Amino acid sequence: MGAELNRRSFLVVAGLLGLAACGSDTGREGSAAGTLRHWYHAYGEDGVQDAVRRYAAAYPGAKVEVQWNPGDYDSKIVTALQNSAVPDVFEAQLKVDWVRQKQVVPLDDLLGDTRDDFVRTLLDSQTVDGKLYGIPQAIDTQILYYRPSLLEKAGVTPPKTLDELVEAVKRLDTGSVRGLFAGNDGGVAVLTGPLLWSAGLDFLSRDGKAPGFDDARAAMVFGKLRELNQGGLLLGSPTDWSDPGAFVNGLAAMQWTGLWNLPKITAALGGDVGVLPFPRLDMAGDESVPVGAYSAMVNARSADVAAAKAYVKWLWVEKTDYQTEFATAFGAHLPARQSLAAKTAQNGPGREVVEFVTRSGRIAAPARWSSRANLALSDAVSRIAREGADAAGELGTALDVARDEIARLDR
Amino acid sequence: MRRSARTFWLFVGPFVAGLLVFTYVPIGWSTYLSFFDAHNTVAPTDFVGLANYVDVLTDGEFLGSVSTFTVFAAFIIPTTTALALALALLVNRIRFARTFFRSVFFLPFACSYVVASLVWKMSLFSGVDSGVVNTVFGWFGGEPQAWIGTVDPPLYWVVLVTVRLWLQLGFYMILFIAALQRIPGNLYEAAWIDGASPRQAFRHITLPGLRGTLIAVLTLNLINAYQAFDEFYNILGDSRGYPPFARPPLVYLYYTSLGSGGQDLGRGSAGAVVLALVIALVTLLTGRVFRRSQ
Repeated sequence: MGAELNRRSFLVVAGLLGLAACGSDTGREGSAAGTLRHWYHAYGEDGVQDAVRRYAAAYPGAKVEVQWNPGDYDSKIVTALQNSAVPDVFEAQLKVDWVRQKQVVPLDDLLGDTRDDFVRTLLDSQTVDGKLYGIPQAIDTQILYYRPSLLEKAGVTPPKTLDELVEAVKRLDTGSVRGLFAGNDGGVAVLTGPLLWSAGLDFLSRDGKAPGFDDARAAMVFGKLRELNQGGLLLGSPTDWSDPGAFVNGLAAMQWTGLWNLPKITAALGGDVGVLPFPRLDMAGDESVPVGAYSAMVNARSADVAAAKAYVKWLWVEKTDYQTEFATAFGAHLPARQSLAAKTAQNGPGREVVEFVTRSGRIAAPARWSSRANLALSDAVSRIAREGADAAGELGTALDVARDEIARLDR
Repeated sequence: MRRSARTFWLFVGPFVAGLLVFTYVPIGWSTYLSFFDAHNTVAPTDFVGLANYVDVLTDGEFLGSVSTFTVFAAFIIPTTTALALALALLVNRIRFARTFFRSVFFLPFACSYVVASLVWKMSLFSGVDSGVVNTVFGWFGGEPQAWIGTVDPPLYWVVLVTVRLWLQLGFYMILFIAALQRIPGNLYEAAWIDGASPRQAFRHITLPGLRGTLIAVLTLNLINAYQAFDEFYNILGDSRGYPPFARPPLVYLYYTSLGSGGQDLGRGSAGAVVLALVIALVTLLTGRVFRRSQ
């Protein structure tokens, strides 16, 4: 009897221990006090992981452990920030909710006199209520790639206005080679921002207190996307807009995709590559390229916020050689600082893109623009462009959701 | 007696514990969250009563998505059930290589939804001329179609429905085969001697014999239809967005409330509870219809 009881209590204890082990597996154990945990998402380019581990190992101030996170990194960060002290340092695009919940800390004091050197749009994209929460690590942008030889053959000049773009796409379409590829959703996800900017509008008003597309011109500009969807656009490509496949395999004469594809595209097409910003609707609007990139942030629940900040300052403000290597050695990004970007941009398309970014860069994903508002707008744009729905009515619904979300963020 | 009770708990205990920890606690917690303003937190303090429910029930997109998937369920459930039953009858009748066919039809069930979705999206139904379906179309003089990108007519449903059938038919087929083998053979012999036609035998012996399995298959199908996520997300969506059509309720909640962007856990939970209630309600209704038809 006694032996059996013991066996039972052994099982109970073992079970509880098992549960306890699961419960406490937050990664906090097993590393020495004072170790900083630094998270990155899994970059697709070879060599990035080795490089960031090398940077971390070189930090003299503390031991830094780098964690590489394949998969749905953004969701992982959101979950970690809710109740975990890990990571201490991570890369992300700022969300205003994180600021409201005090999950990240301001980093203004890290910049010092280098503030003016950072590309302004990038700093703005990581700023909420005048405080900076992320140090930009690099510049990511998207541009319009075109094949000069195909344009010449069709008798088309590189489009400077939206109407010219619509016209060019129609004339470049030969059936087997389509005019433009901007994603299998007909450009809804990636062109919504550039279209708004081309009409002089934006996701949010300048002060961020209202939607920025409460204007009849919004209906007009999304009507142009409808025209594109009615002819000449490549749909149903095996790869999506973020991959250079459709363009380099000759499925489309133009493609809207990331600067990160420039090396692959020039490798495949040699000199037959031109780049353009997204054209303007008319003189009241602007040509544009969307600008964004992960920035380094510090978890407010970190066991040692000061140490984490010191490390971020060392890596992303002081070590300019690492910053240049990180941005340029593995794929085509640009360093987040103008002095470094100017040095690295050689000739050709890369140099033009630096100009686009400094002259016409716009914030791709404003921190105050919530995902729910974004889905409502993209629903509206999708219905207008792909199904021919009534633009004013659809945009009205999106405006209502956007206003609700803005009001919530200010509550 | 005590010994058997102990054995019972030894075997059932781990399962019950798992069920509690990973199913019932999350359900309860989610219901709790649905009454709070739970932005970016699982331990909210701001009680808002039914506000989240009012919010989802007045959200045209959410309601639209639930009604789209009610129509989807009304189509996919009879289709899946009928085809799975037909397959089961065929495989059950053949005399040779029965195990082979059973395995072949069951095999897709072991395939990951994500993998199947990508094969359907990037290879079979890709919109370029070289896509498999477009190539076959071309042999018969058909124009290449952008299967996933075409909204009018909604060709994307062809892709979504075929991948789902391919993935799920095998599993339901196996359930039906198991049930078919439980029907005593002497019933058929007796019917045959009495001069019953094959159709009569099916109507009066096979179908009644399958009744329990049929209800199980319909219920599983129903839950599956409303909880659609994987293949829809992987074929039509990505981290940047999802078009406003063929959008399952869970995908909508994922993008607006539960995913990487907006962690509005209260609203997302309210939506999930509403969806669970819809599933429960429809299940009860079908159960009632079946009982009446008995």
